[in-house]
Amino acid sequence: MCGIVGLFLKDKSLEPQLGAMLTDMLITMTDRGPDSAGIAIYGAGQGGRAKMTVQSAQPDNDFATLAEDLSAVLGTSASVRAVDTHAVIDLPADKAESARAALAELRPGLRVMSDGERIEIFKEVGLPKDVAARFSLSAMSGSHGIGHTRMATESAVTTQGAHPFSTGADQCLVHNGSLSNHNSLRRKLRAAGMRIESENDTEVGAAYLSWRMREGATLGEALESSIDDLDGFFTFVVGTKDGFGVVRDPIACKPAVMAETDQYVAFGSEYRALVNLPGIDSARVWEPEPATVYFWSH
Amino acid sequence: MQTIDLATQPLRELNATLQSQAAQTNATEWEVLNPRGAHAIAVGLDAPIDVTVRGSTGYYCGGMNKQANIHVTGSAGPGVAENMMSGTVVIDGDASQYAGATGRGGLLVIKGNASSRCGISMKGIDIVVQGNIGHMSAFMGQAGNLVVCGDAGDALGDSLYEARLFVRGSVKSLGADCIEKEMRSEHLEILRDLLARAGVDAQPEEFRRYGSARKLYNFDIDNAAAY
Repeated sequence: MCGIVGLFLKDKSLEPQLGAMLTDMLITMTDRGPDSAGIAIYGAGQGGRAKMTVQSAQPDNDFATLAEDLSAVLGTSASVRAVDTHAVIDLPADKAESARAALAELRPGLRVMSDGERIEIFKEVGLPKDVAARFSLSAMSGSHGIGHTRMATESAVTTQGAHPFSTGADQCLVHNGSLSNHNSLRRKLRAAGMRIESENDTEVGAAYLSWRMREGATLGEALESSIDDLDGFFTFVVGTKDGFGVVRDPIACKPAVMAETDQYVAFGSEYRALVNLPGIDSARVWEPEPATVYFWSH
Repeated sequence: MQTIDLATQPLRELNATLQSQAAQTNATEWEVLNPRGAHAIAVGLDAPIDVTVRGSTGYYCGGMNKQANIHVTGSAGPGVAENMMSGTVVIDGDASQYAGATGRGGLLVIKGNASSRCGISMKGIDIVVQGNIGHMSAFMGQAGNLVVCGDAGDALGDSLYEARLFVRGSVKSLGADCIEKEMRSEHLEILRDLLARAGVDAQPEEFRRYGSARKLYNFDIDNAAAY
């Protein structure tokens, strides 16, 4: 069992409150997933710049001179904003790939959580309210975001096993369920050149979608083909730079509720997660159909 | 009218209070405010009381109900009226998966749609859905009646025993061993009574009846190779 929340804002005036709204939804889902929590948030981007979120077990040591060290190796100016165990590195977009290689040399203990123009991912082991407080999630703003509370079934309770997973620039995925063909699919995707860092089933689902999109599929098409190619139980919520999508497997035993108003589209594993949203009493509330792709974009 | 506000009173107190009502209680009218999707609202009741829940509920609302009449003015989460024994549960909105699962008696009315596995393993409950139902509904249903005024999803009545299924709209597909059956006068009578009790304005003649072909009841030696 896990909990998923997601919020896609149509009304720009709500953007400063995105973090606060998502945090409230996330904490409501604590009893579906008390072992870890995470959030992917799409904030303001800057053309030509990339944001890379990294995580460290020794943040004080690793982040202290990271900006200077990385700038020196890359020959450009990179800045670092440390947030508890995570740091968001701001650098020129064309340096993102070489920054990954440089980080592996400079700080072998760092883990890259995401990169892209707008995405930032923060995830840790612990109760959702504690994770939210560590990263001050409620103060964040953005146009859309996805959160996850985890009750682990397929792999260990670690930061690396927490959701969301990002396997492509500005892409992320959260999952409730379990995939049963993830080992064979992981081998195939690695052979196709996809970067998969953990033994977690969901990361394979994320890499599958990233791979399909790399091969030219739209997100909608990638989600459609996931219904045939992924074996197991899943309710997925995905984020891209400007969009937000939902798909459930054909059996659809993992719960899902959606709500839409003129101001937002919201997703919750349960209706409880949505009750504090503005105008929820008059929102269109429905259960997404099995094996049906839903997608919204700006 | 007794009112319990879940914004200020704990859920356990609500259920303990409702469960402690005796058969002869004078407090027959109850109202629950601010359910806000909470789980297990008004479960395990065993008294002839009327409970109105103003809003939407989470998992298992009205589970194991005996005698009570429970009315939810919003929508209900998974497993509403699960294992109901008697009484009625009425949902004004939609119901999520496995509504009325394993129910042994009583009447469940869903005025909106019900999603997958509605009436799974039903054992005597009557369920009336005014909208559509999702896939695998009435799976392994053993007794009782499932009435669907809209359409049914895939694999209706898979591995059915003796529950009766009445559908007014289309059936996407029938499950293993479920077949359409003749609508005889006694079935029209059952349906007329259920529609009247559920307050549905529909004619029994508009429905089709589905039931078990009874081919899966016993082990068939000719199928041994399939195992």
